[in-house]
Amino acid sequence: MKNLEDLEKKINSELTTKINKTEIKHNQIYLETDKEDLTDICLFLKTNNDTKFRQLIDITVVDYPERTQRFDIIYLFLSHEYNQRLVLKYSISENEVIPSLTSIFPSSNWMEREVFDMYGVSFKNHPDLRRILTDYGFEGHPLRKDFPLTGHTEVRYSEDEKKVISEPVKLEQNFRNFDYESPWEGTKYIKNEIDSNDKKN
Amino acid sequence: MTKKIKNLNLNFGPQHPAAHGVLRLILELDGEIVEKADPHIGLLHRGTEKLIENKTYMQAVPYFDRLDYVAPMNQEHAFALAVEKILKIDVPIRAQYIRVVFCEIGRILSHILNVTTQAMDVGALTPTLWGFEEREKLMGFYERVSGSRLHANYFRAGGVHQDLPQGLEEDIAEFCESFPKIINDLESLLTDNRIFKQRNVDIGVVTKQDALDYSFSGVMIRGSGVPWDLRKSQPYDCYENLDFKVPIGKNGDCYDRYLCRIEEMKESVSIIKQCLSKMEKGPVKSLDGKISPPSKKDIKQSMEALIHHFKLFTEGYRVPKDEIYTAVEAPKGEFGVYLISDGSSKPYKCKIRAPGFSHLQSMDYLIKGHMLADVPAVLGSLDIVFGEVDR
Repeated sequence: MKNLEDLEKKINSELTTKINKTEIKHNQIYLETDKEDLTDICLFLKTNNDTKFRQLIDITVVDYPERTQRFDIIYLFLSHEYNQRLVLKYSISENEVIPSLTSIFPSSNWMEREVFDMYGVSFKNHPDLRRILTDYGFEGHPLRKDFPLTGHTEVRYSEDEKKVISEPVKLEQNFRNFDYESPWEGTKYIKNEIDSNDKKN
Repeated sequence: MTKKIKNLNLNFGPQHPAAHGVLRLILELDGEIVEKADPHIGLLHRGTEKLIENKTYMQAVPYFDRLDYVAPMNQEHAFALAVEKILKIDVPIRAQYIRVVFCEIGRILSHILNVTTQAMDVGALTPTLWGFEEREKLMGFYERVSGSRLHANYFRAGGVHQDLPQGLEEDIAEFCESFPKIINDLESLLTDNRIFKQRNVDIGVVTKQDALDYSFSGVMIRGSGVPWDLRKSQPYDCYENLDFKVPIGKNGDCYDRYLCRIEEMKESVSIIKQCLSKMEKGPVKSLDGKISPPSKKDIKQSMEALIHHFKLFTEGYRVPKDEIYTAVEAPKGEFGVYLISDGSSKPYKCKIRAPGFSHLQSMDYLIKGHMLADVPAVLGSLDIVFGEVDR
């Protein structure tokens, strides 16, 4: 499809039941769907002559710890033929296993490994789901919002044991997260106080 | 009598001069033929994305220098563009030209490094020595404009940090005159060199289809004959006003990628020349006081400027709730930033799409069936820098 509006119509008419929401902004098309329909949609986007999203640019996750469906999984596609970008998104809860795209896009192999490493989301039918960026024997998933910025362990060479050991982080000064938001515009804690006072009255 | 033969497992790296950084490549060898390659990465993982989530938008810029550290400003560009698009601010035209000049300088920096070190991996030492002399000059330009040879921290949302110092434009123009001769010298050493061709022609061939399947971008996809350059197809800043060609390869082997890089350097020189001739005097950053810091002079005289300065360097500017993917054509391929803002002064999520990550992933596919000696040649032509692969 030459322009995004036509593409939006086309996707909506072909995949009516599978798409929850479409939106065009920043010259890109954003789709929302469900976990079950992922592979069908990807196959359609890749093979259909009017879409031709033949390259998977990236896979990523956004963590919203306060929601029950905690993770948003995001796929970025690119169509060279029509010069368009597409963002596909769905939400899952913490322990859900999601389908792997490795059979459709071989490049998703490492991207999914990275997602698994950083967020602890597991993939079904992935050929080689190992950690990728973190150290051998690392525990935890660093990009989750509840993982501390300084991590849990640090490594050093121990002269006594003659090897590299890992031990709990000891910091002279913790990471200081100042709240700089101006008081007259209402910082979070003041806003909360005002809200709770309003409720009492 | 029969002898049992077992495949040999070889650890290539993590400390190996031809691994271009800290790559641990586990190779399964049958004699000298590579059967399987399993790259272990992450030895340079610094948690850039996590750190950015905890810093203001302005504090996040220096982290981008540390990704692909041979072309720092190209990365800053992607982040600056993402923030600008969400904030919906315009960049003054002079700032756009300055940014493009320095992005192209970054491209030359990166390509010189890649072409010459790849040549070194296959046995030629002289190109490195000649090329690095030129890189030194280019890093001199970086230093004069930003105060730092590598970690520039120069681009800002809305423009650049400061205007070019006096005399820099002339010196860059002078470099543009002298540099094409150096490219010719490099070419005379390599392009028709018998040994160089024996080591590179028909090695690491990528077909068009595989280039798409493995998410290749930049020279890796152009070397295979796909005419795709984000500067042309999705132009950002002032690339629309500039006239340049996109060199593409035919066979998709290491040699074609080398030729593409050489041609791209020539195009970059022409882009820099055009920018310098089109550049006019004017502001170099957004005039919105809520986003770009005031001048020292204004702080001394205006209360409002003082408040703006204080707010910008404590709280930082706030970015409305939105999400966006922006990509730039970095020297190594499509470098993208997927930015999610939540209305506060810190990004909620900043996913960095590094081209080298997808390129290195295909190592197994590229090297299968090649000889062990081809591993450095292929690895060199992938143009891997671990700062961006590991993030």
